Amino acid sequence: MLDEKKKPLVQVKNLKMHFPINRGILKRQVGAVKAVDGISFDVFEGETLGLVGESGCGKSTVGRCVLRLYEVTEGSIDIDGTDIATLSGAELRAKRPEMQMIFQDPQASLNPRMTVGSIISEPLDEHLNMSKAEKREKVGELMDAVGLARRFADRYPHEFSGGQRQRIGIARALALNPKFIVCDEPIAALDVSIQAQVVNLLEDLQEKLGLTYLFISHDLSMVRHLATRVAVMYLGRLVELGDSETLYMTPKHPYTQALLSAVPHPDPAQAGNIDRVILQGDVPSPANPPPGCTFSTRCPRAEAVCKQNSPEWREIGEGHFAACHFIE
Amino acid sequence: MRDQSATVLDVANLKTVFNTRDGEVHAVNNVSFHLKPGELLGIVGESGSGKSVTMMSLLKLLPMPPAEIRSGSIEFDGRDIREVSDEDLRKIRGGDIGFIFQDPMTSLNPVFTVGFQLIEPLRLHMGMNKKQARKRAAELLELVGIPDAPARLKDFPHQFSGGMRQRVMIAIALACDPKVLIADEPTTALDVTIQAQILELVKELRQKLGMAIIWITHDLGVIAEIADRVAVMYAGQIVEHADVKELFANPQHPYTRALLETLPRMGEARAARLPSIEGQPPNLDHEPVHCEFAPRCKHVFDRCRVENPQRRDVSAAHDVACFWDTNAGGPLDAG
Repeated sequence: MLDEKKKPLVQVKNLKMHFPINRGILKRQVGAVKAVDGISFDVFEGETLGLVGESGCGKSTVGRCVLRLYEVTEGSIDIDGTDIATLSGAELRAKRPEMQMIFQDPQASLNPRMTVGSIISEPLDEHLNMSKAEKREKVGELMDAVGLARRFADRYPHEFSGGQRQRIGIARALALNPKFIVCDEPIAALDVSIQAQVVNLLEDLQEKLGLTYLFISHDLSMVRHLATRVAVMYLGRLVELGDSETLYMTPKHPYTQALLSAVPHPDPAQAGNIDRVILQGDVPSPANPPPGCTFSTRCPRAEAVCKQNSPEWREIGEGHFAACHFIE
Repeated sequence: MRDQSATVLDVANLKTVFNTRDGEVHAVNNVSFHLKPGELLGIVGESGSGKSVTMMSLLKLLPMPPAEIRSGSIEFDGRDIREVSDEDLRKIRGGDIGFIFQDPMTSLNPVFTVGFQLIEPLRLHMGMNKKQARKRAAELLELVGIPDAPARLKDFPHQFSGGMRQRVMIAIALACDPKVLIADEPTTALDVTIQAQILELVKELRQKLGMAIIWITHDLGVIAEIADRVAVMYAGQIVEHADVKELFANPQHPYTRALLETLPRMGEARAARLPSIEGQPPNLDHEPVHCEFAPRCKHVFDRCRVENPQRRDVSAAHDVACFWDTNAGGPLDAG
């Protein structure tokens, strides 16, 4: 159900991100990796939009484009009324505090030679004029908010466990009171028992601070728990987007159906009687995607029309979008 | 028919310690388990729980020093692997016991063709000549579902995708008809759709070849799907062990119960909040003198802090290392 009052905080329209392939001595462009090839979606205020797909489908690239960490090839990205795809450097910098990112690998995204306190206060140094005492207080507040003891502020990242490091990354992302946070596989590198801690923390923070998340993950069961709406991506395009409950209960696109049925059920009593769609083959290369529907090479329902025409992205139910020739 | 009571692998009281500059790390503490022919034993645990080190210890694949197998016996096919000579051990590795590693990107040699890497064990262990070995290698690739197998023998690992590379790894591990296959997180690095393909393949291969498999993973969903029996590891010890259905239906150890609770389920209504296990796994710098899970356990009581629980039988094929009686909802009677 889409509320009338709900307004989109982020509007992405026809986003394309093509990375050039250069060959030869003259480094002439001989092709492009179409990592993201024309996708559109909205993220409503206060919701969590889950973005799922297999590795290499371009979901992380979407996350980075949405924050303009890449210069996008085409398309517009409206965040809170401003199209950030065309902003100049200084304007973009002024906009940065509103949008932040939590990275996948807490080991790689924290500078090993900076203390936790200085990592968390770095955005404060960059964007705000705060006195030392104010900064120390703010860092303390942030550490409280993510469940780290204040006395750890002078320690280095290697002294923390994976889950705690991810908390440091979250505190840093929260430092400037952002409205919108892109979470790029924030729990993929963590153990099961720690994943739940971090997911709960993200949920608590969302409730308390009214945050909006774009949650990128390949863990379908975690996304189901966390997301209000879910978008499924395949080879640079969205194949289905809908309300989390609807999408998981009645997936319409054959790829979504296959993806959901591939998730192992933690219940041996049921193991025998699950209708499983096993996809054949691998994901084609985005440098050379198949003509027509990109999923046609692996789709169990593919027919001649799929190999020629690319299916249209259309609304198939209220707030439920999909791109397939065979959906009513 | 096979004798059901026979075991191919019997590990008793295995203890592996790493001697590091900062002192000893007790990675594996008194681990005992057995493996019957043709069955699939799942080993579950978080990272650092000692599941990989246990398996590496079996075949002495750990660098020694710093690693040291301090005690225990590893009986394979009637022999104690700890006692066999290096030369015999080499015959067992890759011959009688196959090993599939976690990361298919790093465990194949990038400068040799896949064919070469498949043919090597065949010639070494099976004494085949080049022609026979090449034929068998192509058969193996076909067996694991790689299309156009004879031509692909000439390809290098980077020409395969992740899922295909893992299939090559499985083919290499199967090359010499091993009695036991040890698979160390073989699907962790793969996508779910590819994981589903590999799981399907393993089920099929088990029916065809009938070897015993030890499957290490942290994913309880995968275990539920393929295992016959499960051992749950925490802090270098097996804390619970049971048939797979029994374990999921009637988990006894608080850690197992918590692990099962933290899993979000796809088919059920969404829980308001995920139950989580607070705290961190312990660092293993000492021999266990108390229950290692005690600091995170919600049933902890005095005895847990002074004594390390030993595995006790709950029912015929189910044992647990805990002082708490889950069925009665109270502490066990001491002694």
